[in-house]
Parts: sequence; structure tokens; C-alpha cells
Amino acid sequence: MTLLVRNILNLRSSPSSIICRKQIYTTPRLASDMLLVHRDTRENNAKIPFQFTEANMKRIQAIVQNYPEGSQVSAISMAMDIVQRQIGWIPISAMHKVAELLSMPRMRVYEWATFYTMCKRTYRGKFNVKVCKTLPCMLRGSDIIIQAVVDATGCPVGGLSEDRMFGVDLVECQGACANAPVVVIDDDYYEDLTVCDVYNIIQTLKCGNIPPCGPQSGRFAAEPGCGLTSLLTCPPPPGYCIQEALLQNTPGGDDCNKK
Amino acid sequence: MLRQPLTRALKLSSPARAAPLAARTFSAQPPAPEKFEVFIDDKPVQVEPGTTILQAAALVGVEIPRFCYHERLAVAGNCRMCLVEIEKSPKPAAACAMPVMKGMRVKTNSDLTKKAREGVMEFLLVNHPLDCPICDQGGECDLQDQSMAFGSDRSRFTDIHFSGKRAVEDKDVGPLIKTIMTRCIHCTRCIRFASEVAGVDDFGTTGRGSDMQVGTYVEKMFLSELSGNIIDLCPVGALTSKPYSFAARPWETRRIDSVDVLDPLGSNIVVATRTNEVLRILPRTNEEINEEWLSDKSRFACDGLKRQRLVTPMMKDSRGNLTPVEWEDAMVAAARALQDCPPSKLLAVAGDLADAESLVALKDLVNRLGSENTCTEQYFPLEGAGIDLRSSYLCNTKIANVEDSDFVLLIGANTRFEAPLLNARIRKAYIHKDTDVAFIGPKVDLTYDYLHVGDSASIVKDLASGTSSHEVMKRLESAKRPVVILGADQLKTPEGAAILAYTQELALRLQEKLEDKSWKVLNVLQRTASQVAALDIGYRPGVGPVLQDGPKVVYLLGADSGVVSRDQLPKDAVVIYQGHHGDVGAAMADIVLPGAAYTEKRATYVNAEGRAQQTLAAVTPPGKARDDWKIIRALSEIIGERLPYDNLDEVRDRLSQISPALVTYGNVEDNNYFAQARSLAQSLQKPVSGKVDVQLKQLEDFFMTDTISRASPTMAKCVQAVLKQKQSKY
Repeated sequence: MTLLVRNILNLRSSPSSIICRKQIYTTPRLASDMLLVHRDTRENNAKIPFQFTEANMKRIQAIVQNYPEGSQVSAISMAMDIVQRQIGWIPISAMHKVAELLSMPRMRVYEWATFYTMCKRTYRGKFNVKVCKTLPCMLRGSDIIIQAVVDATGCPVGGLSEDRMFGVDLVECQGACANAPVVVIDDDYYEDLTVCDVYNIIQTLKCGNIPPCGPQSGRFAAEPGCGLTSLLTCPPPPGYCIQEALLQNTPGGDDCNKK
Repeated sequence: MLRQPLTRALKLSSPARAAPLAARTFSAQPPAPEKFEVFIDDKPVQVEPGTTILQAAALVGVEIPRFCYHERLAVAGNCRMCLVEIEKSPKPAAACAMPVMKGMRVKTNSDLTKKAREGVMEFLLVNHPLDCPICDQGGECDLQDQSMAFGSDRSRFTDIHFSGKRAVEDKDVGPLIKTIMTRCIHCTRCIRFASEVAGVDDFGTTGRGSDMQVGTYVEKMFLSELSGNIIDLCPVGALTSKPYSFAARPWETRRIDSVDVLDPLGSNIVVATRTNEVLRILPRTNEEINEEWLSDKSRFACDGLKRQRLVTPMMKDSRGNLTPVEWEDAMVAAARALQDCPPSKLLAVAGDLADAESLVALKDLVNRLGSENTCTEQYFPLEGAGIDLRSSYLCNTKIANVEDSDFVLLIGANTRFEAPLLNARIRKAYIHKDTDVAFIGPKVDLTYDYLHVGDSASIVKDLASGTSSHEVMKRLESAKRPVVILGADQLKTPEGAAILAYTQELALRLQEKLEDKSWKVLNVLQRTASQVAALDIGYRPGVGPVLQDGPKVVYLLGADSGVVSRDQLPKDAVVIYQGHHGDVGAAMADIVLPGAAYTEKRATYVNAEGRAQQTLAAVTPPGKARDDWKIIRALSEIIGERLPYDNLDEVRDRLSQISPALVTYGNVEDNNYFAQARSLAQSLQKPVSGKVDVQLKQLEDFFMTDTISRASPTMAKCVQAVLKQKQSKY
């Protein structure tokens, strides 16, 4: 009898282990996986007033005029970007302010803000560290970079560091695949990263300096890592390899042919 | 949910109504283009350019499945259920958004089409919960029906243990709409309804990709007087009725076609009942009145029919308390009071919800007793033409025609709350055409922009005399189809007669100049469902003069708006109240005769445009309550002044003797004698100095306006929820 009961328990336990693995999403959490509804918090609620600075206000007024009559709402992306540049993120009261400025329904601003993943609806630290995890970066070791960033900043992915200085997000392709792996801190791209570079960059930031952006390996832009393999000579000028009879009108053509 | 026959799409295809939601400046109507031939399943059909495949298919009776497409909303084209194969096209196309081209051959039944539908169905069901057994939409669910008809016969969704289905948290959008957002298939009908028809841009999609969800982002009630319609629009069970939740299955209910009486428009409704109980009220399509919408009060106040009911006759006992008695005792007491009363001291007052049959019976009885004192609660000026000419107290333009107008002037009529579906029409004209609206009265939210002219009554005078320098004057004079709507509330004031006279003058002056001779400009929007019938039958509007005489017997026929109160009457006056709810009237009565509510009787109501319609008995009156006209007929027998009708047909014969318009159901007559009314009103054009004010200003004022909605707990919750929402910052 007891054996039978045990058997039943065993049988039952096997599907439950499957259920334990059940989760809502199978893809890893992204920075964009923030709640898609608003919850009032101490830092983010409609009662906290938001004001554009005077300079930003002027900017918005100028931008709005770029759009044709009746299409001023198109300035929303610029206005939201200005908000994010002013305070680093977009609280709900700033969305309301933008809605009021462009006289559009608040919901349409919410829709915009939740659609774009670069639009931060929570405070993401003084420095928002975005680590690319798309295929080229992943093949070049973004997993290790992610770990290094987390260790260096002391900030879990999707969270904030204790001193609220760093917020680490995983992002999809930042468009710098030739220089993978890539970390974007605010607007600066740090490319060709090694674990060591990550520690250096974060340390420099912690000290209050901004490290030089671009490839950290020393190469220029997206040139091959081992030095140039092509385009070693100066590119031939116009008229290269053209029939001689036609060359009279091409000044300097003779020189190039001789080479 | 509301089921529509296929033919509806045809009716809507007239260019005026099928106009897409375009920028207002681009909406000028082009001349009628030439038709050409297309083939739907090899059936030829002649269509106009710009027709979509879906509309063309409807013309030949081919129904294409759809979720997001809705005739009265902008085309979204995002559900992909209407994919059809087009010959010589490599891919299937969305029939709802694809305009037909000359000679196009569409196959709605080919293998490719079937496969496309099956695929779309599969994608929709991947994230749709299998909770049909506990879903309120079950049995009237588009997704259920279409997956039966077009879906695959088996599921390939086997990895449920690993990845699960998408889950979305529910939203709180108020006490009327229950949301189960996991069921949502993102058709965006609710979003489009909210922004296009209701004019409340609070719904939207947040997030994107598989994270996308429909909702309000912030916690916010859907602050609209038309919110219930998104329940009908939702093709799945994501939005269901909160008061009706878990109440019944659609196949268990009996459905009776009826007419709404809680606003003056007489919207067509279907009353769903089970075991002699009204479970819910749904709209019934009537293009002339409510299209397929219904206001929240008409839809959700039906639980008020079960509360505060008068179920037995009552009389005041020696201690002044109303105690239940038998019909016989109450009738004999009422008859004695009426018999003993000198005719000049008898007063009969008809209330908001009185039907034409009981109105005529009561008037006949009172007349036989030698009195002419039959009054309505709502006042209407008797000077000038008074109520002699029907054109002076009706919406002459007619509700459906309002959407063809190019300028609407509202004088003290907050149509949003007094007649929500008329307001929806004005909004429709505002959105789809170049119609502009001007408003005289306090600043209110009409859901669309309007020109606020001011709230002084003298503006009406200036407009009528043509001396106004306001922009509205120019707009009115240049309009080809202007509409002037005067709210009946304005007529209650001492200056009411003058305001009406000026409005008539203005409307007629505009009408004379129009090219379209059949276009009517003047509209007087009544506030209640009974008023037009009462005035047609010959009730005198307002109780003022008779009340000052000190009536001995007051017969209240559902009169509950507090126009007659006990302290206005002599101490020994006998008050007989006949009605269905224990409200103001019953509280002051000596004798209470329980009548039937509008869902419990077959009765005639005339709406604000003068259209007679009848309600049908969906349930029987509760307890000892009886049909209203029968009570009066029985009373006449006891008094000894027998009324000459014994059944409903004979009462209606009597109605048709008074006015044939009262029994030509569904029809509305054109009104005439505008010029005569104008000339009779000429002497009344006195200077006015007052303010134009409206009674219903805010949404919270809208929900409880009559005995039924005052007794409804759902309506009370709405008022609370709206007030709470107003405290919120969102």
C-alpha cells in the first residue's frame, strides 16, 4: 500500500518539476522589459512636478516649428529626447508635460514612451550602461563583458548600483557590430572591449572623469584589427586604366598610369 | 455581444457614412465616381472605386471573417483574419484594407485563403487562454465561432509546459467594464471606439511585439457616457460587462426587442431576460436613432428595475405610514377621492417615464371628471404658438440627419449628457466632415472642440435679430445645412418663452435662405421620454398655475422629479401616486398604485424627434403591479366614468384619433407650420438678460436622473467611481 502511494507520489512529482520550470517569458530579461503599465512610486508619480529648463523650452519651441501646421505632435520624439537629456529618464509627469505642450492625449505619449526601448521610464543611474548582447557581440564575448560590467559597477542587470551611479541594461544591436563587443554609456560608444577595458572605463567614471570613447584596442574606427589588409596605396585618381587616347583631358592621368 | 446581419455592411456603404477617418480638411466629398466590375468567387459585382474587398464581398453575400474590422470605426487591418487570395497576386491580402481594382478576381474560399485563415487563427490562439468555460463571452464570442469555422481541427501548441502563454494583468477601467486582458487579441476596436466615437483618448497600446498590451497605462476609469459599447465591440471576452458577469449564458436568455426610455432619443434595445428577471440590456441597430450604440445609463440602469419597486397597492394609515392594502381598497379610496373632488381642484401630473397609453387614459378620465388640469412636469412656454404646433417642441432635423449638417449651434443643450447618442452623431459629423459646433451656455466638455459663444441669453437675441457681430453669425449664415438645437431646460426660466421665440426666429431666418428646401433647422431637445407624447396628447406643460389654486386631489402618474411637493399642497390634499418606483412621488402619496416599468409593458413612447415606438413586455410586473393604462381604466369603472377601451388595440385606436403619428411606429413625420409658429412668437421677442445654464454639467450628473437609474446600484457606483477618478491626477 505504501509502495503504491509512493509510486503515485513519484508519478505526480515528475510533471511538477516541469511546472517549476514554467515561466512567462523564455527570452532573457531586457531593459525594455519594464512594466508596461504605470505604478505610482515615491520617485515617479503625477504629483511630482516637471519643468523644462528655459534653454530646453526654447529648443522645443524651435523644433515644433520644423513641422507643418497640424502635425506638431510629430515633435514628440524630440521632446521626449530633450526630457531624457535633461534629467536622464522620463517620469510620468514629464510625459504629461509633453502631452500638454504638444496638445495631444496623454495616452498617445504613454504609447510612444513604452514603444521605444531607449525611452527610460525609470531612473537608470547617473551613467546608463547599455551592453549589447546581439549575435556579433555575443560571438565576440559579450557574456563575459556583461559579467565584467556587473562586477565593476556593482549593479545587477536591469537594476541600479547602490550609489545610484550606474544602471546596467542589456540591449539589442547598437549598430557597431564591426567593433564588437560594444558597451554604450549614455551617448558614448566603447568598442573592442576586453574585461580589463571595462574595469578601467567604470573606474574612470567612478573617479569623475569621462574615458575616451571609441575602440579600446587602439585601432582607428572599424579598421581591421591586424592592420590594413587592403587599400594600402593611395586610391587611383579618376581616369585609371582608361584608353590612352582619352587621357588628354584627364589632368594627372598619366602619372597614375605610370605607377 | 451585438450580432449584426451581413446586410449592415451594405447600408453603411453610402459614401456619407462609409467615409474613412480622414483629416478634417481633406474630407470634402468628391463627385460620385463611375462603378466598375470585380469578381468575388467568380460572382461579378459592380462597385465604386475605393470600396474594399470586404465591402464588395458583402454586396454579393460573401462574408469574410474579421476581428479588427468594424463598419463604424476606422480600418486598422491588424488582425489579418480577413486575408483572401487575389488572382495574380503572390500573397494573400487583407480584405478589410485592400481597395478593389478593376477586374480583380478575389477567391474567398480557395486553399490559400483557407490556409491563411487557419494560420492566423493558430497565431491568435497561441496566446489566448483556454478559459471559454468560465468566460462571459462564451456563446457569443467571435473567436470561438471563427475558430470553429475557420480554425484548424487540432492544436500544434504542445510546448505549454515550457513557455506558457502570454499573461497580461487586468486593468481597472471602472464599475461597468470588467477586463481580462490575457484574452485580448489586440484588435484595437476599443481603442478606436474610445478615440473616434466616445472622444476619450484613454485607451492605447503600450509596449510592442509580444509584450504589447491594450490598456490605459495609468490606472484610470474610462470616463465616458458611451463606455459600455466597447463590451459589444470586443470580439473576445477581454472586455465584459461587470454587472452582468457570471450571470447567464446567451442561449439561456430570452431576447425581447424594446425601446429605451431613460433619455429622450428612444434608443432601440434588446432586453435579455431569464426567469422573469431583466439580466441585461443591449443595443439594437437602428440607423435612424442610435446606430448600434447605447448610452451607459440605458444599458446598465436595468438593475434599478429590481430595486425600490412598488409591488403592492399602499395607503396611508392613521399614523401616516404607507401600509400595503389590497387593490380593491386602494382603488375604492382613490375613486372616492376623485369623485369627491371639485373638477377645478383636480390635478393630474405625468412624469418622465409615462407611456402614451396611460397618458391618454389619464387625460380621458380627468376630462370626464370635468377637469382640464392634466400637466407634465417639464415646462414648455404656452405663449405664442405654444404646443399647438408640433414643430415647436421637436427635433425637426431628425437625429440621423444631424451628421449631414455643416454647422451645429447648441443653445443650452449639453447633448453629451442629455442625449448621448445625438452627441455621438454631432461628434461623427465633426470628425468625418467639416462640421463645426458652437455652444451657448456654460463651458462643458462635449468631447469635441466647439466655439464657445458665451453663456448670456442675449446672444440668442442678437443672433436672431442678425445684429450679432460674433463669428458664429457669419458661420450660421454661410452654412448650407445649419442645425440649431435648443435645450428644453432653457424653457423653464421666466425668459424661456423669449429664448424659444428668438431661437425660432433664428432657425427660420436661416431655413428660408437655404437651397435645400427640405432641410429643417429648428430643434428643441426635450429632456424626457414622455414629454413629446404628453404634449401630442394635449397635456399642459408645467404645473405652476394649478398648483397655486391649491388642488384637493393630485394624481401623479410617475411624477418623481419633485416639481410637486407636499408643502406646496393644502394640508387636506389627497395625493394618488401611480408608478413603479418608490421615489419622491410615492413618498408623499396617500394612495400608491403600483404600475409597470418600461420593460414590463407593451407601451408607446414618442422620442424627441416625434417618432412613435413601442416597448414590448419582456417580464411581468413584480408583485401586484399592473399595466398603467389598465389601472386607470379600472379606476374609471369604479368612479362610474367608464373609459371606452378594453384592450390595448382599442387604446391605440383612441391614440390614433388624437394623432395618427402616435401609432405609426418607427416612422417620423415631417413637421410644418414653421412660419406660423414664428409669426405667433414674434410678440414674445422681449429683451432677455439671464444666463443660459444646463442642468447636467459633469459626467457624475449623468448617471442618476430618473427613478430607475436612481434606484440602480450600478449607477450609484458609477457616480462614486467618477468622483473618485476626479480626485486622481491621471
